[in-house]
Amino acid sequence: MDHLDRLEAESIYILREAYSKFSKIAMLWSIGKDSTVLLWLTKKAFFGHCPFPLIHIDTTYKIPEMIKYRDKLAKEYNLDLIVHINEEALKQGMGPEKGRLVCCKALKTDALQQVINKYKFEALILGIRRDEEGSRSKERFFSLRNEDSEWDYTNQPPEFWNQFNTDFPKGSHVRVHPLLSWTEIDIWMYIKRENIPVIDLYFAKNGKRYRSLGCAPCTFPVESNATTIDEIIEELKNTKVNERAGRAQDQEDAYAMQKLRKEGYM
Amino acid sequence: MTARELLKIVVVGHVDHGKSTIIGRLLYDTKSVPETAIERVKRISKEKGRPFEYAYLLDALEEEQKQGITIDTTQIKFSTPKRDYLIIDAPGHKEFLKNMVSGAANAEAALLVIDAAEGVQEQSKRHAYILSLLGIQKVYVVVNKMDMIDFSEEKFKEIKYEISTFLNKLNVYPQKYIPVSGFLGDNITRKSDKMPWYKGETLLQALDLFEKDKELEDRLLRFPIQDVYKFDHRRIIAGRLESGRLKVGDEIKILPEGKVSKVKSIEFWPENNKKDEVVAGMSIGITIEDEFFNKRGEVIVRKNDNTLYVSDTFRANLFWLGKRNLEKNKTYKLKLVTQETECEIVSIDKVIDATTLETVENALEVRTNDVAEVTIKTKEKICFDEFKVNPTTGRFVLVDEYDVSGGGIISGLANLKEEATKFVKDDKEMIVHCFDEYYYSLSEGLIRKHPKYKRTFKVGDAVPIEGETYSYPESFDVIDINCKLVAKIRKGQLSDLVNIDQYIYSELPIITADGFYLKVNSIDEFEDFKNELVQLQKNDNFLLAMFANKWYDISANRSFKFTV
Repeated sequence: MDHLDRLEAESIYILREAYSKFSKIAMLWSIGKDSTVLLWLTKKAFFGHCPFPLIHIDTTYKIPEMIKYRDKLAKEYNLDLIVHINEEALKQGMGPEKGRLVCCKALKTDALQQVINKYKFEALILGIRRDEEGSRSKERFFSLRNEDSEWDYTNQPPEFWNQFNTDFPKGSHVRVHPLLSWTEIDIWMYIKRENIPVIDLYFAKNGKRYRSLGCAPCTFPVESNATTIDEIIEELKNTKVNERAGRAQDQEDAYAMQKLRKEGYM
Repeated sequence: MTARELLKIVVVGHVDHGKSTIIGRLLYDTKSVPETAIERVKRISKEKGRPFEYAYLLDALEEEQKQGITIDTTQIKFSTPKRDYLIIDAPGHKEFLKNMVSGAANAEAALLVIDAAEGVQEQSKRHAYILSLLGIQKVYVVVNKMDMIDFSEEKFKEIKYEISTFLNKLNVYPQKYIPVSGFLGDNITRKSDKMPWYKGETLLQALDLFEKDKELEDRLLRFPIQDVYKFDHRRIIAGRLESGRLKVGDEIKILPEGKVSKVKSIEFWPENNKKDEVVAGMSIGITIEDEFFNKRGEVIVRKNDNTLYVSDTFRANLFWLGKRNLEKNKTYKLKLVTQETECEIVSIDKVIDATTLETVENALEVRTNDVAEVTIKTKEKICFDEFKVNPTTGRFVLVDEYDVSGGGIISGLANLKEEATKFVKDDKEMIVHCFDEYYYSLSEGLIRKHPKYKRTFKVGDAVPIEGETYSYPESFDVIDINCKLVAKIRKGQLSDLVNIDQYIYSELPIITADGFYLKVNSIDEFEDFKNELVQLQKNDNFLLAMFANKWYDISANRSFKFTV
């Protein structure tokens, strides 16, 4: 087994474990490269099927191409897709100009909490990776959130020998992270190997490309001439720039992501 | 694409001995971290008016940076031309021992970091103990902060002696001792000119010298069922192959019930993923020829394999990390691969203080962060191996309420005593393995003892002095150094069983209860042997091994046969 085989086997094991342990479960799909790889792995784990719904938290500020791509793939794969918008916050005028962290909290974290409450999900599967950012590097594969979706990162139970915490107090839920061990390059090498369809925004146009996708006002493309997957992999091998350097909310505060994630951000 | 080898290394040691700094330095000097991460650390270090903190490259949480400690484990990838590494940074703080175990349990090799000025400290000992419990045998000791002791060779040698003496008692035998300064970068990626007396490798060079373990695919088949899917016309048995290999047509047995069938197909998606044979580590799906009712927790083995235990009691070494102490006779959930059942600790045979190695017998509870030898009884029968035979099916966790709170490795069946060969006279009892057959299993690379005569011999009974892998004379004595008894075999019969103090050397050959010839040829030598025996610490495996090497001859009456 090579490196990608090992990662694939681990992710599939975790997906199956989550599906076996929780009856009310869903997967978050941000339409980006990671959660699309996660969707592909799900189809592998369940032999061509996707046995749980996908959730897309729509902030209404997303890059328009993302929504088009979402609807196209959902139809092609015949997905059970839940699209959720925090209408209440939008009505009260929520947007990036109110402050990026405030906006992320309302339109993403709070919106996510609303979906969990509405459908009473016991567990959510997310495509976060350890190498993305410091607080994510400290995550468990199965990570408990309390009834307010808060993460107690200073007091996590141990996790070893592929034995995960699947028992949890009433009202709380579990975040499942099958891609934790993957890196950005792994994701691209896997996309290439498996020939997984990804959104066009990742490929360079006019000397710029997106490395990480988010809301249009807060996500900026990076300088790049990489127009193919091979060129992207080559670029990543030599880059000095952080993956999320184009994500404005991360730059608001030295510990911005940690703060957002403690409160339930993905 | 060629398959690159991946080695997982955990870095452990006492708090403040510089684990994160050494890793940070290694990553920095090999340019394994993006420049933006380095810029960020420069900015934070400057704000706090401190020199560049290599540790901040790993200690990303705000609390970690403000307090200068590692709270939770981090994993970082890193490569040399030879192979890829996953470096696992484990916290040294006592409160975060559970996080250290989370990191260490997945590692294949370890770096034990010791502060040159402080020497071995409480967590150095505890971490070393846990490494030995987790079965991690590839260990380098990294003596850090050599700059604090003026790069002195003499002091390094003293520290090395102190550490090796302690570690050897725990059955941890480090392969290398490397003097470094994480802060200055000496002997991390470049050879230090301040320690010309050190002729060994830099840490970076030494990493490449760790040898990877034999892969699990060469061991016996163990395929625990994770789930059974019926999304379409197929009934697919899904799970990960923990060891061995499997192909279409293989004859299998499903335990604990022992149902027998054949592999009908190996399932896959998409079409181009089709494989004829699957090997350990893969998450797979199969269909079988007979439509049995199968469920999660059952374990698939080869049809003729009788080596997997099915039992409800076993002995284990356990470490406890729970919020509450582990109590006798309380119900916990036990998880072993995909099996889950309620269990109770029926006896706490020994509690070991991992730092002093002092033991308490028959304790009522195991405190958080302590280590114990226990006997566990499960509500239902489960399938398992001894850890040394197969690590993945030989280890388990205990769940207390909502949290995984302890881990253990299985040392054997609990009712081994009843199944053993015994000599008895009056109230005296000696368990002997000298009539067991010794096989070297080629597929596992292990020696297995097979007890052929699970019976009790009384005075006057004939004993089987010739076996497939052993041959004894008609008259000889058998000595059991654990319970200090000697059995006399005369003309092929058990004639007496006496305490060692009452035994007089009779110039007949003596063998141990395991069947090894004792190198004693005179009364004087027997007295020497007895004197050394008295001084022998029962739990000191290092001294036991030295004692055995001096006094026993393995091959005088015994041989090994090869088997698959």
